[in-house]
Amino acid sequence: MELKNRITDKGKPTFFKEHQIALYKSLEDKHTTVEVEEDPLGTRMILNMGPQHPATHGVLRLLLELEGEKILRTRLDIGYLHRGVEKIAENKTYQEFMPYTDRMDYLSPYSNNVALCTAVEKIAEVDVPDRAQWIRMIGCELARISSHLLYLGAMVMDSGAISFFIWTFKERERLYDIFDNFGGHRFTISHSRIGGVHNDLSPEVIEMIEEFCEDFPKRIVDWKKLLNKNRIFYDRNNGVGAISYDDAIKLGLTGPNIRAVGIPFDMRKFDPYLKYDEVEFEVPTRLEGDNLARYYIRMEEMGESIKIIKQCLEKMQKGPIRTDNAKKSYPSKDEVYYSMEGLIHDFMMTDTGICPPAGVESYHAIEAPKGELGFYIQSDGTGHPWRLKINSPSFTNLQGLEKMLDGEMIADTVVMIGGVDPVMGDSDK
Amino acid sequence: MNKTELLTRVLNELKEEFGDAVIESKTHAGDRQTRVSREKIHEICTWLKEKHSFTYMVDMIAADRFTSEDRFELIYHLMSLKTGLRVFIKTWLPEENPTLPTVSDIWTAANWNEREAWDMYGIRFDNHPDLRRIFLPEDFKYHPLRKEFPLLGIPGSLELPSTTPDSE
Repeated sequence: MELKNRITDKGKPTFFKEHQIALYKSLEDKHTTVEVEEDPLGTRMILNMGPQHPATHGVLRLLLELEGEKILRTRLDIGYLHRGVEKIAENKTYQEFMPYTDRMDYLSPYSNNVALCTAVEKIAEVDVPDRAQWIRMIGCELARISSHLLYLGAMVMDSGAISFFIWTFKERERLYDIFDNFGGHRFTISHSRIGGVHNDLSPEVIEMIEEFCEDFPKRIVDWKKLLNKNRIFYDRNNGVGAISYDDAIKLGLTGPNIRAVGIPFDMRKFDPYLKYDEVEFEVPTRLEGDNLARYYIRMEEMGESIKIIKQCLEKMQKGPIRTDNAKKSYPSKDEVYYSMEGLIHDFMMTDTGICPPAGVESYHAIEAPKGELGFYIQSDGTGHPWRLKINSPSFTNLQGLEKMLDGEMIADTVVMIGGVDPVMGDSDK
Repeated sequence: MNKTELLTRVLNELKEEFGDAVIESKTHAGDRQTRVSREKIHEICTWLKEKHSFTYMVDMIAADRFTSEDRFELIYHLMSLKTGLRVFIKTWLPEENPTLPTVSDIWTAANWNEREAWDMYGIRFDNHPDLRRIFLPEDFKYHPLRKEFPLLGIPGSLELPSTTPDSE
């Protein structure tokens, strides 16, 4: 009990007082069965890490109880980037809310746009032309590569190699250039629209994507040569942050984290959306469930994404890119500028927006780079959602991190955060 | 047997097993939500997990219906990794002191989701191991996703640190 008194006695919070005390209290209460009352050597301490810490990938805060170098128990404190996007969504039309999704998982904005648009299309029963679906798939897969590249750079940097971060960013820079030509923005693209996409792909951007698809697999080969058999990297990740098959299911992990324990759970195969049932690709899985397994999976997934993009470019036919139903989606700019009806429809879409039937609800999820990203929408028949719940992968995975950290070494904390790959904008909503 | 038939079978069995506790079922765009009475929710969840291998909890959705009776709503979004079925079990709660038994003993994943429901809507969960707010600090006394909470927030509801240097 000596220790218990010390945590709250020593840590005298000056800011968010009740919050800090509740957090300390909760750490004390975690696994109350493991009680060590005496600490003769003085090796036990509480370490606060974050929210401002360069290695926590944003504003994640960890409260670690240490015994020497070993972590006894952990509490995660999230919410430092909480902007209340769900509340905002209830006060905006569906299309107006779409740019907010860019700012959630800001490493793969394109997937978030597509996730929202497909969810709204499902509840409002809008058909999307084929070409728009292929374009969305290309965008999603490019976003996946971009997100995994940042994971790779940051995680390898967390395990000690600075130069790698710069190499992956060189490739990300190319992706930004592609997105710049793709939808007019480098970072927050907001290219997807309800009922289609904003603009068609130009021949230049298709050429850029093709070039990228040719070039990028060579980079992957190089990186694999550097990392896969690298003694330092291997030892740093092997067996670190391992989670068992049962725990992964219980904690509801998603994305590469659950595939790392051997469950081929990927929404693209499980519940195909867009045109994923028409392309061929593999879902890489591993059995170990540790950080190294997660690394291998993401590395393989980037190769699979390239395969998907190539198939999309091949199968894509010419055609409309947005549904031609003025009650369900924005008319094209040509129509708006040259016809009165077009202008009226544009105004109506902006003012009221698309109205799903009253009293219905539905859920649609896509496989975002970090896992299942779903939107649960309840409609009251107006243009605003009555309730829009975001099921964000980072939130789900961070809950697993709390469990993974218990019993590991303090030096591995940073590598484990990198391995789980959370984005705080996503988890804090 | 396709997924819709399989889901119908599961829900029929649920109806047989629990009788009047299963109140209504609604379908839209292929998603079916089943409303059950809140007294039986823990039993129903256990049954779904044990009998139909809904071992994976995807999400938990709380909502404010803003009606005088049964104001709050909680939706359990479960999934079976074996069959790929998704099931939405829904229950209504009263405005005064909305409380439910926790399901975090069935799915560990429910822990944070229940904390989120408490934070955003003020729904309490009995026997929850660690029912603290998840996003907002404990010092905050409101539940912001309730419909009566203003979009602009409540000024002065949180004590913020002084931004002026050397203010001591």
